Amino acid sequence: MNLKDITIGQFFPGDSIVHRMDGRFKLVLSFLFIIILFTADNFRALFIPCAFILMAYTACEISYVFIFKNMRPIMPILIFTGIINLFFVGGNEVLWDLGFVQIYLEGVRTCVFVIIRIVALITGMSIVTYTTSPITLTDSIESLLSPLKKLNFPAHELAMMMTIALRFIPTLVEETDKIMSAQKARGASLDTGGIAKRAKALIPVLIPLFISAFKRASELATAMECRCYRGGEGRTKMRQLKSSKIDYLVSVLMLCTLGMVILVNIA
Amino acid sequence: MNIIEVKNLSYSYQHFDDEGNLIESAPALLEINLDIPKGQFVAVLGHNGSGKSTLAKHLNGILKPTKGGVCVNKMDVNDETLIYDIRQTVGMVFQNPDNQIVASTVEEDVAFAPENLGLEPKEIRLRIDKAMKTVGIYEFRRHAPHRLSGGQKQRVAIAGVIAMEPECLVLDEITAMLDPKGRKEIMNTVEKLNREKGITVILITHYMEEAVNSDRVLVMDKGRIIMDGTPKQIFSRVETLKNVGLDVPPVTELMHLLSQSGLKVKNDVINEEECVEELLRLTELYKPTN
Repeated sequence: MNLKDITIGQFFPGDSIVHRMDGRFKLVLSFLFIIILFTADNFRALFIPCAFILMAYTACEISYVFIFKNMRPIMPILIFTGIINLFFVGGNEVLWDLGFVQIYLEGVRTCVFVIIRIVALITGMSIVTYTTSPITLTDSIESLLSPLKKLNFPAHELAMMMTIALRFIPTLVEETDKIMSAQKARGASLDTGGIAKRAKALIPVLIPLFISAFKRASELATAMECRCYRGGEGRTKMRQLKSSKIDYLVSVLMLCTLGMVILVNIA
Repeated sequence: MNIIEVKNLSYSYQHFDDEGNLIESAPALLEINLDIPKGQFVAVLGHNGSGKSTLAKHLNGILKPTKGGVCVNKMDVNDETLIYDIRQTVGMVFQNPDNQIVASTVEEDVAFAPENLGLEPKEIRLRIDKAMKTVGIYEFRRHAPHRLSGGQKQRVAIAGVIAMEPECLVLDEITAMLDPKGRKEIMNTVEKLNREKGITVILITHYMEEAVNSDRVLVMDKGRIIMDGTPKQIFSRVETLKNVGLDVPPVTELMHLLSQSGLKVKNDVINEEECVEELLRLTELYKPTN
């Protein structure tokens, strides 16, 4: 798989309602979404947050195709949890008897249920990163964590580290590709052999990558100093985080969803 | 009036062992004296290891002199309380644009320096819009930096520095990693900043043709400034330059070769127009008489 194909964590600039929402609200609401997802304990209840996701994707003008694209990197997890649930959940009604293991109707149900839940979780959480620029995201995290500054928690430093990490992901991915090509050109075989052999073949890729990352870090630090960086103190933000009516409306909507899920659970 | 005054500056890269004893001291700068008046366009030439970048890093207090002193607008770089005023006055851009860009979109990166200065959000907006328009990247303001070309990325880095509204720019081999098109873009931008905004420019470069249009050329070798003059004065001394491992612009080289072969030509030709003129004069002079 090509590293560039991973869509999880990417940002798609736009001007939809969801894009314009306050980042802090989006973060808190995404946690509320997890709660909703795990409150639902049957298929009918699970249908509600799934419908909510489709609504949200429509609202932020992002193609449903990305729901499927997201599945690719997490496929191994899905298959693994699926198989575990399929084989090891017991019940009364045996569907297949393979001799060494029995598959029960309950097993199939749980398997499908868990898979839908994981897919919903990933697609739901992706909405936040799809619609929030990394800087707004880190600003929001900094703002949500800033009460902890009184306890000497390094909220600004943490946010700055995340900003830089996000900024350098594409640069380092590109660099990895280059180093891999360079090593292949000199006869390294990176795609053949067993796991142990492949892991060993990665060493000549990782070492140059690390060295260059340290060099970049040192140059970046100098460049930041030249631009008068001196930590979070006395620093202002061009973009002020502002909450609006939409944020409160969406919050109410999500709380209603939670209420509905609880009602369906009981019914 | 001088914006930068360097007096008897010496600097050594020093390495200490675990107990803090000096084990190695490599002198990089020796007794540098240099005054740079406001608004001047200065090109600094020298081969690798001649001390160009070390000198540059002293001009905004990234490195501290081992001996001697540096003043920026009468502010001493050794004074820790003034360090951010000095860095705001002397902006610095480096070779690799990838390693200078902090944020994931162009405009947020340009806003980094003004945010560090603690300006009001509205003022930051005004400044970054102005800076991005000046270097011609306003249309890319929402783009991710890694999607831009090398020349565009380097212009983002320049915008990020001029958003501090510095009076002086120190440019450390900023075109070294760019293709010819990117180099041209950057040189046009830099020349515009110097001419229209009156920003003092100190351009460190390997490319002789970038030094041709400057007001003043400094040549460095082994930690010293060995030549200081106008481009014409410097480039006419072809032999001296070659001795310190530097080239001259191709047209100057041509004139030098012609004069070596016995023709009487001017030796201070540094651009194409002058070269063409001189060659035309020569063809008139040596016209076959049959």
